[in-house]
Amino acid sequence: MTSRSGRQQRSRRADPGVVPAALALPALVGALFLLVPLAGLLVRAPWRGLGNILADGQVVEALRLSLVCATAATAVALVLGVPLAWVLARAPVRGVSVLRALVTLPLVLPPVVGGVALLLAFGRRGILGAHLDSWFGVTLPFTTAGVIVAETFVAMPFLVVTVEGALRAADRGYEEAAATLGASRLTVFRRVTLPLIGPALVAGAVLCWARALGEFGATITFAGNFPGRTQTMPLAVYLALETDPEAAIALSLVLLVVSVALLAGLRDRWLRAGAAP
Amino acid sequence: MTARSSRRRGGAAALAAAALLLAGCGSSSTGDAGGSRGASPGPSARLTGTVTVFAAASLQEAFTSLAHRFETAHPGSRVVLGFGPSSGLAQQILAGAPADVFAAASAKNMGQVVTGGTAASPTTFVRNVMEIAVPPANPARVGGLRDLAARRVKVALCQPQVPCGATAAKVFTNANLRVTPVTAEVDVKSVLAKVTLGEVDAGVVYVTDVRAAGDKVRGIVIPPAVNASTSYPIAVLKRSANRAIARAFVDFVLSPAGAAVLAAAGFARP
Repeated sequence: MTSRSGRQQRSRRADPGVVPAALALPALVGALFLLVPLAGLLVRAPWRGLGNILADGQVVEALRLSLVCATAATAVALVLGVPLAWVLARAPVRGVSVLRALVTLPLVLPPVVGGVALLLAFGRRGILGAHLDSWFGVTLPFTTAGVIVAETFVAMPFLVVTVEGALRAADRGYEEAAATLGASRLTVFRRVTLPLIGPALVAGAVLCWARALGEFGATITFAGNFPGRTQTMPLAVYLALETDPEAAIALSLVLLVVSVALLAGLRDRWLRAGAAP
Repeated sequence: MTARSSRRRGGAAALAAAALLLAGCGSSSTGDAGGSRGASPGPSARLTGTVTVFAAASLQEAFTSLAHRFETAHPGSRVVLGFGPSSGLAQQILAGAPADVFAAASAKNMGQVVTGGTAASPTTFVRNVMEIAVPPANPARVGGLRDLAARRVKVALCQPQVPCGATAAKVFTNANLRVTPVTAEVDVKSVLAKVTLGEVDAGVVYVTDVRAAGDKVRGIVIPPAVNASTSYPIAVLKRSANRAIARAFVDFVLSPAGAAVLAAAGFARP
């Protein structure tokens, strides 16, 4: 009796272990809204024919192409994006905030618009592409390299934003100490700054990779669609849906598995976000 | 996100021409559009409401014009058009997309909808044949079908699952050619766009697309001996919420007035 009244008293003092109904209900609806479509994928999956569909040469090709291109795009994003993030975070240059806004534009730009923009820049008649073609005989549209370009364009800002945030938050005392001890600026960057932002670098790279893997709009607009060359998994899913919905579900399932694996790999970072410092 | 759609709102007041167009509708045997509602059925029955039409991408210009005329003829009516690859539209309809009329670019895609039980007794209203489209400057100096098989020529085709891709494949089979495209686009308008932008040297599209593109592309005729055609069926969908106006729109497409618009766009008689 006494213990019960004690509990009541505690709950009146907003026990952090109790979720108010006004929050619990929308939270439940929100969670279901996110989970039901995934359940639909699992329920309607053609489990019996799955082996046959996935053993199809085109599916294997699309998956291979997706993994290769997303990885290559992430590599390009690391090589170009980390220095860019450093400039945005550290360079004492005026107008850097404008630059930041501009280079993160692909984050919010509809990917199809990105694809059109890429065509106008790197297409055969694009402002740069025309020269690439006439000087080097290089044309990017409709090639695997074109897929990587499209994916990098859309995904790199995710890496830049993540790394830049980490650079701003990092304690600059270590860098200054290293500089005082005679390390060159490049050495400081390589030996002190990069290890400091290591976790953010990994998170940014994974985010970038995941975004590249799922890229659709810019890819189909800029790189077209051809099996084995530019047809990545999202394109294959979309095109299969028009003719063979079962195959589309099977392909979606593969991407779902890849995504779950990705999340599992990141569980320490994100699933326990509340516990993170 | 798939269907390019264009909307036209009901235009100005009724014109004298409206009566003529309606008379055209009435000539069809199934033109009983207003019959179920009014005591005085016939050409002057009022048709109001919205009809949603899913049409093959190649019908874009012709159906936009037809919709405009239909709305002028029936003040208070509104035609909402959704264009896309016939195969994709068929799947959307089977998945319950709210459409009243389906106009496909092949009997196969209409067949999927009929088999799925969402449409019955389609009518073939036009036919379309293929043509080569090249950028106006013709950078690869394409002169005919044979050039498309050359490695140096970058060709865009529709993906084989959509009618324009299947029909182009028939043309190549007829001509005994092996053509490897650089891209297999989702629908014929995407192929045309790649040609217009100059990203490819040639595309195989419908004659109607070359005509619709005006001077943005140059057309190279495919000899009739090897050319192939596809038939366009149209049907009212069973789930249509407004069957009267849906039927009236189909009848208008099938009427002499409708046929004239389609012929002007370059479509052949069925």
